[in-house]
Amino acid sequence: MSTDTPTASDGDPDRAELETRIADLEAQIADLEATVNDGQPKMSIIATKGTLDMAYPPLILASTAAAFGYEVTVFHTFWGLDILHEERSKNLQLSAVGNPNMPMPNVIGALPGMDRLTTRLMEQRIEDNDTATIAELLGTGLDMGVEFQACQMTIDLMDYDEADFYDGVTTGVGAATAIQDMAEADIQLLV
Amino acid sequence: MPDYEITETLDVTGQNCPMPVVKTKQNVDELRDGEVLEVVATDPGSMSDLGGWAETTDGVELLEQVEDGETYTHYVRKTE
Repeated sequence: MSTDTPTASDGDPDRAELETRIADLEAQIADLEATVNDGQPKMSIIATKGTLDMAYPPLILASTAAAFGYEVTVFHTFWGLDILHEERSKNLQLSAVGNPNMPMPNVIGALPGMDRLTTRLMEQRIEDNDTATIAELLGTGLDMGVEFQACQMTIDLMDYDEADFYDGVTTGVGAATAIQDMAEADIQLLV
Repeated sequence: MPDYEITETLDVTGQNCPMPVVKTKQNVDELRDGEVLEVVATDPGSMSDLGGWAETTDGVELLEQVEDGETYTHYVRKTE
């Protein structure tokens, strides 16, 4: 084991200088930590789908993240807008085709009325299982301070009226708002 | 006997994900520091979900989780 201690030569910084540098670096780290952990964690979800099955994940994750103390925004665009639409959200449909897990061949699923049938069966299951409804989850999310945003471009495209949406829904926002939320978020999801 | 007193009881029997966690959070927010919420659930997922939530969330402490047949009871204390 060496007992040599380094001796200061002219080129080496002395102890006082090093202490000053350490103090400076500590101050910088504290500043950076304050910037990075500015308190509340954030989650940003983009909800693009309006089928009954695809309406659930963003709403469940949003309310759960809020319970974890996250500041949550859900940006609803295209068919995802229907989740926020007071009337249409009560009639979200489940497609009978395009899902190989459905207990029926696509050719039968494509028959008239099959979407309505599979939707009714799913709604029955939701009720039997005491799974929260879309309206309940949305209400809970709003209560917990989740910001639900309705994409203005899609509102205009679908010819919806701002009054069609649930109270508390934010309108008049676009992609730039979503990007800003995503940039600041710890978790970003596209559903 | 547990060394804490239950301040309030939340009944989420029959309810499923995400409601046990979400309603626990809403109810804990109504408590004062040190008070304990008893959460009675029938969702087996509540064992893992409430455990994970309490571990990750500031200001709450999971005191105990009791499984009794089909009932899962959780005791959460509000801290800070």
